Amino acid sequence: MKKITISGFGGQGVLSLGKFISYSAMFQNLNTSWLPSYGPEMRGGTSNCSVIYSEEPIAAPVIDHPDYLLAFNDPSLAKFEDSVRPGGTILINSDIVTTDVKRKDVTVYKIPVDTIAQEINPKGGNIIMLGILLELFGDLKEEFAIQAIEHVFENKPKVIPINIECLKKGREYIKNLKK
Amino acid sequence: MKKLWKGNEAIAEAAIAAGCRYFFGYPITPQNEIPEYMSWRLNEVGGSFVQAESEVSAINMVYGAAGAGGRAMTSSSSPGISLKQEGISYLAGAMVPCVIINMMRSGPGLGGIQPSQGDYFQATKGGGHGDYHCIVYAPASIQEFVDITYKAFDTADRYRVPVMLIGDGMLGQMMEPAEIPPMKNINRLPKKDWAVDCNNGGTQRLINSIKIDANELEEHNIHLAQIYEEIAKKETEVETYLCDDAEYIFVAYGSVARICKASIDELRKEGIKAGLIRPITLYPYPTKTIAKYAKKRIVKKFVTVELSMGQMVEDVRLAVNGKKPVEFYGRAGGNVMMPGDLVKYIKEGK
Repeated sequence: MKKITISGFGGQGVLSLGKFISYSAMFQNLNTSWLPSYGPEMRGGTSNCSVIYSEEPIAAPVIDHPDYLLAFNDPSLAKFEDSVRPGGTILINSDIVTTDVKRKDVTVYKIPVDTIAQEINPKGGNIIMLGILLELFGDLKEEFAIQAIEHVFENKPKVIPINIECLKKGREYIKNLKK
Repeated sequence: MKKLWKGNEAIAEAAIAAGCRYFFGYPITPQNEIPEYMSWRLNEVGGSFVQAESEVSAINMVYGAAGAGGRAMTSSSSPGISLKQEGISYLAGAMVPCVIINMMRSGPGLGGIQPSQGDYFQATKGGGHGDYHCIVYAPASIQEFVDITYKAFDTADRYRVPVMLIGDGMLGQMMEPAEIPPMKNINRLPKKDWAVDCNNGGTQRLINSIKIDANELEEHNIHLAQIYEEIAKKETEVETYLCDDAEYIFVAYGSVARICKASIDELRKEGIKAGLIRPITLYPYPTKTIAKYAKKRIVKKFVTVELSMGQMVEDVRLAVNGKKPVEFYGRAGGNVMMPGDLVKYIKEGK
């Protein structure tokens, strides 16, 4: 089971990144849940979602201690940093986030996803992150992530190849970083 | 085939698959995806969608469409459901079957839009005036919402009672894989020999809820009571989770029951034997199941967990009948307990 909290500004593809993970898990025949925050959030404020996938049926769709936190802006890091389980992973979009992670008991990756995406698809930062996650998770197969992209962009077939490219680029980036 | 469905949209599609062709509603968060989906989808299947001028109007349109024999539905969230109560009482009195969805939000009053279970009393103890009940279901997952919505229309027709499904914003807004059952052929649904659907050879059919004569009304009340008794016998649904050796039994419904399950898994990893009784029907209530576990020596206590300040706990106490302590853990205002909160509660309290 993996529990993932994704948070950022509206418009950064935070909620859709969560959906891509859930779709990938579903296509791989895993159980999954995607729970968005739907509170009275303001434009420009933070939005977040909780995503779980598992071979077992999913009990609570809420997450108190995520295995992974994806922080796309500073308020998100401030809000969720303490919730990550010890030994968990925090990924931050270093193009936006300027504060440092204080926790010492988690693995931190600072990734300029927007910069990486820029030359392929300026809106593809979240797909770069999806590629990175595939590599870190190790149990979600790329073919199902590609299927998820094809499904979500069914009505915009033009953007499918550039998003698949983003996915592969993200994966490659983290492979090189880990070396 | 399984698809990733948003709760509210899955409910709407399941209703259409069940033969629902009439939907009347008025917007309110967090259930807006139901009327939104219905507004275009009903058009595709030859049904009718009306965004009424108010909730009062919407429920009375349900009365009209269902009274004419159609499968009709409305949905709302707590304050809107309050406005529908008069109509629900009339539907129950006139024995007009329909399906009502309440995606509860926090109250009282206009309250907030976050998850809540504060409408338990309203849903199970009447809500509107008079001596009546709705069958009340509290699904806990999107697949269960789909399956119960699908069969709710049959159940409503069988007993000629309104059926209510209650959830909260969490279940309405989240996405999970779910499969919609096959589309029913509405021409093959059982005929309604009471519906005011056409001339019927000059015979008069009348649907109303007014019975001025005391004896006639009492007879009607007794008839309804007999129906509720039969419903209690045949329709009560409950899930038990790891109760057989449990020392601590949570009682919870809907989304909260899932949070309890996660806590139970945690507690069991630490050797603490916890279990869950999850009423799937809130009316009729699974009193017998709770009573059965209340008699077991191994059970130390019951903990009712709700997103309210304590409503269902009263029914749990009635069922336990003093045989074991019944405690209460609740969050309100739209805040939701985390699995860890319940783990802590059991560990500190035992």
